[in-house]
Amino acid sequence: MMRNLFLGLLLACFTLPALAVEPAEMLKDPALEARARELSKEIRCLVCQNQSIDDSNAGLAKDLRVLLRERLVAGDRDAEIKEFLVERYGDFVLLKPPVKASTYVLWYGPLGVGVLGAIGVAVFLLRRRGGDAESVTPAPLSDEEERRIAALLDEQDRKA
Amino acid sequence: MSRLLYLLPLLIFAVIAGYFTIPILTKKDPRLLPSVLIDKPAPGHDLPALLQDKPGLGPEDLKGEVKLVNFFASWCGPCRAEHPILMRLAAEGAVPLVGINYKDRPEAAIGWLRELGDPFGRIGTDSDGRAAIDWGVYGVPETYLVDAAGHIRYRHVGPLTGQALNDTLLPMVEQLRAGKG
Repeated sequence: MMRNLFLGLLLACFTLPALAVEPAEMLKDPALEARARELSKEIRCLVCQNQSIDDSNAGLAKDLRVLLRERLVAGDRDAEIKEFLVERYGDFVLLKPPVKASTYVLWYGPLGVGVLGAIGVAVFLLRRRGGDAESVTPAPLSDEEERRIAALLDEQDRKA
Repeated sequence: MSRLLYLLPLLIFAVIAGYFTIPILTKKDPRLLPSVLIDKPAPGHDLPALLQDKPGLGPEDLKGEVKLVNFFASWCGPCRAEHPILMRLAAEGAVPLVGINYKDRPEAAIGWLRELGDPFGRIGTDSDGRAAIDWGVYGVPETYLVDAAGHIRYRHVGPLTGQALNDTLLPMVEQLRAGKG
């Protein structure tokens, strides 16, 4: 029983994730194929839209994988292949959006929110420190206030 | 001033809520992508003819007049759904139609056109889908409005509807024709 369980677990260690890339698509040159895999992880499948073409089984994803490999074999640089796809499908085809004027909010927005938050916390802490200093030495009561307190205390005594 | 500061989170919430609500209210499908090829020359491919008695599509055939270029395939369900609209357009002679048969078996495509009717003036075959990639097609059916200079002016993703035709495509056709004449 234990032995079977152990064997089962051992075999499970050797399983690989299912791949969308079909053996026939792969390039003979392992270095080039590795580059193709890395590059296709950055290209969005336009059909499924939340998968890379490396993960997707869609027909278009396969066509794009094959196209990408053809261009790699032809000697294109990674940037050239990305540019080729962006010219046809727009920036959306890249899973990592490029840094440019229209995406500044996307890239630097979180940083901006963080800075604003830090300023807010700093202001809050500084104010609280100021507030503590005041409460340690409260303003002395005015003569009028002293008289009112005395009157209220007298009233209390008389009732008791 | 500091009182107004308390309204800031509410304001931020309103902006974010608006950002996500407006597309829902205007029924904008976020999966539909704008074409980056708008106002750019349509890709010139030499696409062989599907039918013997109807020409294919050469690089120069997209120039000269305003036309709709429709990517279709016999295996594509939504293409079947939009076909009556294409037939109606052809019958009315509203605008010339050019078909590009996308990754299809020729026999299947010919049979499909025999069954449902052939609205196209020309049909090119894109058997490996390479021309479609150059057009930025990501799912058939897709329909492109190409002007007389051969530039892409509009793209409709998915099956054509009467509403899309009447509200957008046909008025644009008129506009382009008027601009030219």
